[in-house]
Amino acid sequence: MSKYDVTRRGVLRTGAIAGAGFALPTYLRAQESGYLNAPTGSTVTLGFNVPQTGPYADEGADELRAFELAVEHLNGEGDGGMLNTFSSKSLSGSGILGKKVEFVTGDTQTKSDAARASAKSMIEKDGAIMISGGSSSGVAVAVQGLCQEAGVIFMAGLTHSNDTTGKDKKANGFRHFFNAYMSAAALAPVLKNLYGDDRRAYHLTADYTWGWTQQESIAAATEAMGWETVNNVLTPLASTDFSSYIAPVLNSGADVLVLNHYGGNMVNSLTNAVQFGLREKQANGKNFEIVVPLYSELMAKGAGKNIAGIVGSQNWDWKLENEMGDKYAGTNAFVKSFGEKYGFPPSQAAQTCYAQTLLYADAAERAGTFNPCAIVEALEGYEFDGLGNGPTSYRAEDHQCFKDVVVVKGAADPEDEFNLVEIVEVTPVEQVTYEPDHPMFAGGELGQCNPGA
Amino acid sequence: MDAIILQLLNGLDKGSAYALIALGLTLIFGTLGVVNFAHGAIFMIGAFCAVTLSKLFNLSHKSSEPSGTDFLGNPKYEDILYVKDWFGESFGAWMIDWSVPLAVIFAIPIMVGLGFLMERGLIKHFYKRPHADQILVTFGLAIVLQEIIKYFYGANPIPTTAPEAFRGSFDFGVLLGFDQNAIIYPYWRLVYFGFSALIIGAVFAFLQFTTFGMVVRAGMADRETVGLLGININRRFTIMFGIAAAVAGLAGVMYAPINSPNYHMGMDFLVLSFVVVVVGGMGSLPGAVLAGFLLGILESFASMNEVKNVLPGIDQIIIYLVAIIILLTRPRGLMGRRGVMEE
Repeated sequence: MSKYDVTRRGVLRTGAIAGAGFALPTYLRAQESGYLNAPTGSTVTLGFNVPQTGPYADEGADELRAFELAVEHLNGEGDGGMLNTFSSKSLSGSGILGKKVEFVTGDTQTKSDAARASAKSMIEKDGAIMISGGSSSGVAVAVQGLCQEAGVIFMAGLTHSNDTTGKDKKANGFRHFFNAYMSAAALAPVLKNLYGDDRRAYHLTADYTWGWTQQESIAAATEAMGWETVNNVLTPLASTDFSSYIAPVLNSGADVLVLNHYGGNMVNSLTNAVQFGLREKQANGKNFEIVVPLYSELMAKGAGKNIAGIVGSQNWDWKLENEMGDKYAGTNAFVKSFGEKYGFPPSQAAQTCYAQTLLYADAAERAGTFNPCAIVEALEGYEFDGLGNGPTSYRAEDHQCFKDVVVVKGAADPEDEFNLVEIVEVTPVEQVTYEPDHPMFAGGELGQCNPGA
Repeated sequence: MDAIILQLLNGLDKGSAYALIALGLTLIFGTLGVVNFAHGAIFMIGAFCAVTLSKLFNLSHKSSEPSGTDFLGNPKYEDILYVKDWFGESFGAWMIDWSVPLAVIFAIPIMVGLGFLMERGLIKHFYKRPHADQILVTFGLAIVLQEIIKYFYGANPIPTTAPEAFRGSFDFGVLLGFDQNAIIYPYWRLVYFGFSALIIGAVFAFLQFTTFGMVVRAGMADRETVGLLGININRRFTIMFGIAAAVAGLAGVMYAPINSPNYHMGMDFLVLSFVVVVVGGMGSLPGAVLAGFLLGILESFASMNEVKNVLPGIDQIIIYLVAIIILLTRPRGLMGRRGVMEE
């Protein structure tokens, strides 16, 4: 039987050698080019980090479909989708900077630690030069921080908290999706038109970063037009039955219930509110109303008929170009590509992920390099059109996209499962734009871009 | 006062679900001595029985003539439901409307069969293993069942509605002399409470007033002696596993209209139900029911704004706080028996 003497020095020595060994390839990759994971062969690798398990797995699957489609189009396969309508003509279907686009995927599980681990693995093991995707603000903030530290670009997927491009903004991170402030700014005038300016609102708010910023935003916007906020009750994220929180609403003197919930929370709280008959009641001499500031197609599907007539906001809708005209060019091209490949229209999460991939590729082409700092420079202040949202710009100060916001309501009698929401109006970008130093976004610094070298 | 009555109703309703799941857990633990972490998954599969029957009733074929265009501009064909073809327009519509109550009948053989399959196929091999092994294997089984459901039904919640006659809410306030809208409660939740009471009563009556139940109770008290009398107690315990699965499954079926079923819903209930079992007393059936309702009511009261204003966050910890207090003062739980889960 052999005998091993384990000493403190031995462990330290072995650890140091192993650590240096693991770090060396990364160091060399960074040193040669001046940035991390510089593509050396004929391909470039992108990392798509989406929820493949957990409650947002369906949304993650839709994001992944959009990423695959974007990669296809970048490589010159398929019908080209929004490459044909994109205002920038840098992309020709020959990959990015002549390199064929390949991708790896990670599973965020909608957990910050799991999302960071999968992103780290894609960066370190697979050599991903850009990370994109996600369905939660908590995850987006965590992965954005990791990408900043590592020195790769993060093109956020579905993240709606003000914090992502507010106090947690990072130089290497960019958000195409709209945010809670924009939802509130778009919704407030519509709510005033529909329900008047003398209303008393009761808020139920998911107790985490997105919920807090959503509630703060919608309360400020509705109070500015004359509404009163009666109460704001924080509900645990893990709640499944909201009956105890809904039951006191009718006796509170409120005549509007605002559900600052997303995903399963929203499906359950709205279902419970409808069960308690809130929509059929009168309070303060008015019909009781329910508002859901952030909508998604999957949530509408989960809530079923309960969604009828409920107003909310979206980043994009697949019917936008048909109903609102050519200003939203790109929408139909994307819907056609996506619909023919998968058999149903894309969700707003899919559209934002597709657009982010094209925007990254285009920025690399315009910069002539994959160097993250050059890409940051190419995206900052960049104005574009033809990606389905109308004229859009990436603001340099916070890396937030500014574009029109879609106000929707649940269809009373949907003709099929793809028409669960109707477009009420599109709020112009000017109405949802705010100053970079707005108090709701204060507290963070973009910092310097990190190329990872 | 009206707020208190309202939260009491809420608590009874929540407690119904906790009590039904905890009752099944206790039946399995009391008879077989197995700590079954897959019990939440059985509840979830019950809810998906309701979803499945609803989907079966909504199976359709396409019309021969297009009725418009789809989202890509291609011809769209109308869906014609088989149930309406086969049973006529009005009876077909009735079947779809009443799919959840009808799913109770559909679910019973499925859940009993699933219970038998789980017990005979897997769990019986772990009877003599430590509780830690049983927890690990049943937890693994729960994850497998979850993933199977997710594979076939997706991760998104699936709306499942109560019959039209039970939608909407009942104004208790007017009945009790309060103002209009003071105490409003959904009809279906009242149905759920009544259904739970019926199932709990039926299980107790079965154990109390039948020979089979008497043998099972004797086996729960002293398995060895019952075996020495020549009674095949194992076979009866297997049947009890099937009954426990049916109880949890039926709780899931009737819960489907309350919150849209999703593959994860069993896990949401599992931990709370275990706390209920422990608080009630391991192996005590009346304890499980009592603790289920007690914790449901306390959870509802802790969600009241007046309580949360004084103790912020209390709604998130109340169940565990009460569990700690009860276990410190009554280590065997509210109605626990000496010798159960003790060396």
